[in-house]
Amino acid sequence: MIGITAYGAYYPRGRLSKKAIADANAWFDAGLNAHAKGERAFCNWDEDTITMGIEAAQNCLSSLPNSELSTLYLASTTFPFLDRQNSVLVSEALNLDSGVRTMDIAASQRVATSALIALLEAGHSKPGLLIASEHRKTKAGSRSEMLWGDGAAAVTVGSDGVLAEFICAETAAVDFVDHYRGEDSSFDYDWEERWIRDEGFMKIVPSVIESLLSKASVKACDIAHFVIPTDQARTPAALAKKLGIPVEAIVDNGVSTLGVAGAAQPLLLLANALEKACPGELILVTGFGQGCDAILLRATQEVSNYRPIRGFSGAAGHRREETNYNKFMSFNNLVERDIGKRGEADKQTYLSGYNRRKDLLTGFIGGKCTKCGTVQIPREKYCVNPDCHALDSQDDYPFSAQKGTVKTWTADRLTFDWNPPAYFGMVQFDNGAKLMMDFTEVEEGGIDSGSKVSFHFRIKQFDTQRGFRKYFWKAVIS
Amino acid sequence: MAEGIKDKVVILGMGCSKFGERWESSPSDLMVEAFEECIADAGIEKDQIDAAWFGAGIDSFNVGASAMPLSIALRLNYIPVTKVENMCATGTEAFRGAVYAVASGACDIALALGVEKLKDTGYGGLPQRSRGVENDMYWPNLSAPGAFAQLAAGYQAKHKLNKQDLKRAMAHVSVKSHANGAKNPKAHLQREITEEQAMNAPFIAEPIGLFDCCGVSDGSACAIVTTPEIAKRLGKENLVSVKALQLAVSNGTEASHKSWDGSYLKTTRIASQRAYNEAGVKNPKQEITMTEVHDCFSITELVTMEDLQLSKEGGAIKDILDGTFDADGSNPCQIDGGLKCFGHPIGASGLRMIYENYLQFQGRAGARQLPDPKLGLNHNLGGFPHQNICSISIIGPYG
Repeated sequence: MIGITAYGAYYPRGRLSKKAIADANAWFDAGLNAHAKGERAFCNWDEDTITMGIEAAQNCLSSLPNSELSTLYLASTTFPFLDRQNSVLVSEALNLDSGVRTMDIAASQRVATSALIALLEAGHSKPGLLIASEHRKTKAGSRSEMLWGDGAAAVTVGSDGVLAEFICAETAAVDFVDHYRGEDSSFDYDWEERWIRDEGFMKIVPSVIESLLSKASVKACDIAHFVIPTDQARTPAALAKKLGIPVEAIVDNGVSTLGVAGAAQPLLLLANALEKACPGELILVTGFGQGCDAILLRATQEVSNYRPIRGFSGAAGHRREETNYNKFMSFNNLVERDIGKRGEADKQTYLSGYNRRKDLLTGFIGGKCTKCGTVQIPREKYCVNPDCHALDSQDDYPFSAQKGTVKTWTADRLTFDWNPPAYFGMVQFDNGAKLMMDFTEVEEGGIDSGSKVSFHFRIKQFDTQRGFRKYFWKAVIS
Repeated sequence: MAEGIKDKVVILGMGCSKFGERWESSPSDLMVEAFEECIADAGIEKDQIDAAWFGAGIDSFNVGASAMPLSIALRLNYIPVTKVENMCATGTEAFRGAVYAVASGACDIALALGVEKLKDTGYGGLPQRSRGVENDMYWPNLSAPGAFAQLAAGYQAKHKLNKQDLKRAMAHVSVKSHANGAKNPKAHLQREITEEQAMNAPFIAEPIGLFDCCGVSDGSACAIVTTPEIAKRLGKENLVSVKALQLAVSNGTEASHKSWDGSYLKTTRIASQRAYNEAGVKNPKQEITMTEVHDCFSITELVTMEDLQLSKEGGAIKDILDGTFDADGSNPCQIDGGLKCFGHPIGASGLRMIYENYLQFQGRAGARQLPDPKLGLNHNLGGFPHQNICSISIIGPYG
């Protein structure tokens, strides 16, 4: 039996109030008021497709602690790097073996379902990991700004501990250009919503699903969970009705709570469906974009026992309301801010130096002294224990899953930060090591000596002059 | 065990520029200003200087690399000049080079000069600069107040303090230094402040507020040193000598090992104990009559009082609020205004501290003259609480 063996989801904590978008922009387009209810998920300044993908993958892999993976596919239309394989960076941050086959898969809203079909049909002997992550830029005051959100999800495909068995898949590749993003543009350009519904969804999707159901000898009325990613409010129900799928089976796109997360949306909704699914239930997952993918899965007995560390509802419920529209604009680089002279300092990354310390910077690897047992980070040639100082005595010691406590901290208003004040301080790890590091997503009054922290891969700095960004691990108050 | 430096070297002359926002003055101007006072005080000719040590903390916003800027500014006669840099402890480092050269017998007369031009950046605070290729990739982008605010958090947690109690003691530190600075015509900041002003000033890096921070200043200070014998031959009286000169440099223990709790400066404890041993000081509280400490931030001074054994551990708040370190207290601290008000041109600060000792022991400190100074301790700190360089010098009347 092949199928989904684990899943994880991640939404950034920030939730922009849609009223804030309407308040700022309805003077120009009064139509925005119609969408001004609820909120949407958006990345903190130090989050992107890579960092969200890692969060989702960690969530997913937490239930497969010692599993060796065959593959890591990263699906997105918003990769930070066009030529530097993003999935390799993700793999190294997850401390996966360098023999894992990595691939970035891009350029369509159905990229995640296409990659999932490839994994389900590949028959790898070891589980494969698929991550879909999306951080789309939207123009100020646009419909997409209102309806979209950022997010990521991950699933593993394998034959041990299957939660949802793969039955079959069907695809129609159709160059239906409902929207596009050209190589020189940061934003999508789209066509009329009604035309996309009538000529796109309603014509392309039904035939693929009908063909799939026929191949599987399954009746539409038996579908218990119907994943149909779209920001169009009424289209899922129209499709369900046309196909005979129960309307209650539709997995909510969360347009008014989280926003539609583009290429990540099919997997996010699949994670949501798997969290609710009962053994034996049928799950139909579709992806729409230059045609349609459809995948039929059946939940197994295992699905009831599966508990990821956070899961879809945990990710969706982990939120902090933001009513400052300007902050959203600034975090998404949609407005040219005066960042002050301290922000002008050169952020060049010296790649040879970076490469030397990649184990620390990407993998968050420290050392454990084989002579005295002291755990330490960063790892230097001599052990840091004043009673030891042994040379070259340390084994690799991963820190990303460790827990720690804030020893000292401050909120620095002098130094440059994209979200001042800059919070940083000394973290005492439960394993005995110590490191002065950045905190992220601290709320005023929400930190003190003794606060518990966990560690998260985030953007450290942007080198806007050279189009580079560097990442490191930051502490987040638990 | 080594004999140590005690009474082997005396100060022949000293000079110090006016500190402050010296918009009109180049680093060379500042160096010449300090040097002219110094050489006149020493009563020698420039050609009698055998060698020089030049301290400048920040290359990129100051004079640039190497010892040449000093040689060019003073038109020295092709003598050996060594550039030294040890962050904010640079000034004492230059002094140490000159003193050791004389003590070794390699030089009869040596010059130490420190200078910093901080006000060419276009913004307040210390210049934003790289911490090195590798450190920049994972260190927080911490400012100096951000780094030293950690000390307040560590001290507060260790002693289970109320935030306001600690903040009030920090405020008193600054009020005292402003009162002293107001009596010093060379000080950058010469205005008295109240505790309420200090308490209510906006945060720079919590809990450090505006008045918890020292002045960011342009300035230069210098010393000419020689042996007691040569000084006497030159007709000098009331000689002031070096009693101890110590340096302790972090090795990463504080930053990466659990043995340090973030509430004190390990290097200060080590360097000061060594200095007390070198100078033969048995009871610092009784024997050290004046201190110039590295009060880059009020919390640093507070913690340093304990690290120097002038307050018992956990006792600094009470001692500070009791006025122990005020101008009329038992152990006056920063009688010249300190970094807080005299100002902190990085490369010059260590020498500026020694300058105040020298004036006090010679009875030349004007309105801020202490009645009977016996031994002065100077504490000069470079870096951050979790990794730093601490210089301690003890200065006093010769013999």
